Amino acid sequence: MSDYLQSLSHLRAGLDSGIFSARELTQYYLDRVSRFDGALNAFITKTPERALAAADEADQRLAAGERAPLLGIPYAHKDIFCTAGVRTTCASKMLGDWVAPYDATVHQKLNAAGAVLLGKTNMDEFAMGSSNENSAFGAVKNPWDHAAVPGGSSGGSAAAVAARLVPVATGTDTGGSIRQPAAYCGITGIKPTYGRVSRFGMIAYASSLDQGGVLAGSAEDCALMLQAMAGHDPRDSTSANQPVPDYVTELDQPLAGLRVGVPRQWFTAGLDSVVAARIETAIAELESMGAQRVDIDLPDAELALAAYYLIAPAEASSNLSRFDGVRFGYRCAEPRDLNDLYERSRSEGFGEEVQRRILIGTYALSAGYYDAFYGRAQKARRQIAANFEAAFRDCDVIAGPVAPTVAFDLGAHMSDPATMYLEDIYTIPVNLAGLPGMSVPVGFSGSRPVGMQLIGSPFTEGRLLAVAHQYQQRTDWHQQIPAAYREGAA
Amino acid sequence: MSLNPSQLKHVAHLSRIALEESKIPALVQDLNAILAFAEQLKDGRLDDLAPMAHPLDQQQPLRADVVSETNQRDILLKGAPATEQGLFLVPKVIE
Repeated sequence: MSDYLQSLSHLRAGLDSGIFSARELTQYYLDRVSRFDGALNAFITKTPERALAAADEADQRLAAGERAPLLGIPYAHKDIFCTAGVRTTCASKMLGDWVAPYDATVHQKLNAAGAVLLGKTNMDEFAMGSSNENSAFGAVKNPWDHAAVPGGSSGGSAAAVAARLVPVATGTDTGGSIRQPAAYCGITGIKPTYGRVSRFGMIAYASSLDQGGVLAGSAEDCALMLQAMAGHDPRDSTSANQPVPDYVTELDQPLAGLRVGVPRQWFTAGLDSVVAARIETAIAELESMGAQRVDIDLPDAELALAAYYLIAPAEASSNLSRFDGVRFGYRCAEPRDLNDLYERSRSEGFGEEVQRRILIGTYALSAGYYDAFYGRAQKARRQIAANFEAAFRDCDVIAGPVAPTVAFDLGAHMSDPATMYLEDIYTIPVNLAGLPGMSVPVGFSGSRPVGMQLIGSPFTEGRLLAVAHQYQQRTDWHQQIPAAYREGAA
Repeated sequence: MSLNPSQLKHVAHLSRIALEESKIPALVQDLNAILAFAEQLKDGRLDDLAPMAHPLDQQQPLRADVVSETNQRDILLKGAPATEQGLFLVPKVIE
């Protein structure tokens, strides 16, 4: 099996030619999870029995001659996607033992595709965080350096893929939650255009920003997974009714003449010099492949940060009002009256960061403050979208950093939430404008990986994946495996 | 635009979050550090812009007015912390 582990297309070849069965492949990854996850804490819930049953089903379909891209391929879900019969916690005490009564559309689609769910991954509670330290199930470690955070909020998915505990995983990205952990863990991640992947059954944080996507070993693997996840869903009224292109075919579109925009304002004092150097080298590689570098202006990153940290909490305060101690999950002991039940269930059930964001959001929406905060933030959002539109008149894709530094140490920013928020300065504008973005590994600073962000205009996921894929044909950063996890992996 | 302790208590009540008195000073400080970002929003360029609620300015689609969901009361009640006779159970509201 070891010759077939390096990509989904290799796994596909091994399964289709009968070199190993889906059960054997599933058992291989389950064994890795058992062996390594004690140190990483990437999983909240493991589902080995269900996984083996799903693998057996995939083997029957294979034996009947069926061939499909994800048939028998193991994966993990960020624990924000509802799965009937398997608990969905959102890494919160509030939903600690809650079992969804239905499947998320993404889960239905992956089930139908024959993919095999190994378990649900750790995350920042309700996807609020940039370090995966805000989890009721404990922090996740970065497989490259156990003293570092894996990033967040999809930190468990990123760590699991980087340590090769799963070949591919789902994630969600509201302000950088796929791209930043992908960068910190040295893997490839894609956040599609807002509305490209259904949000039905994906527990809401900030509904106008949330978008599901993929964390994987390569752009090609992202393409295969996204193909199965994307598409219009009548059950999500914000889902885009646009045809889904064939992302795998699009991987080979030529880069010759492609204009790569490099934002001047992003390569300034706030960016770590080693991170900047690695990204410059990667951009030079794209130029050597025929792309044309164009220096562009992309101002207002601080304005975007201000808008995001009002809009996202405002939407969160509304979305999370449903957790009332009555209809879902956690309820405090011996409530005095109904108000006490609400207040204590919520203050005991939600972690500190979630409570902070609910309070900020409620304030931003409250009488007398709405215009100054929420209304003004929505105007800023218009400005950010206009800045991107202007930039895309001069270029086809934008390349820059994902985050200002490589992964920081566990505990480094926990006492200062505002500093933690600065981590998202290059990723947030993309969510505000609803654009597709990727993180592609482009080297290391010491032991910690560096990611390059690629940003496209709406619905150009195929082009982003192509740029990343062709870069990965010439480099091997995406194939690096952390030393502690190399044994038995490929 | 900053928040004082009494405003915080009001917002906490609106949010239905119980606050321990001892945690209020630190929380006020954290929240004001976050609200400090909002100074950026005073930017005069924003005055005449239309607020943007949907990133792609997509219209809200309408669907046909037909029944799509069936009654799933028992399944939905399973996720609740306390139920009785098919109802959510809460402390007595009216004496």
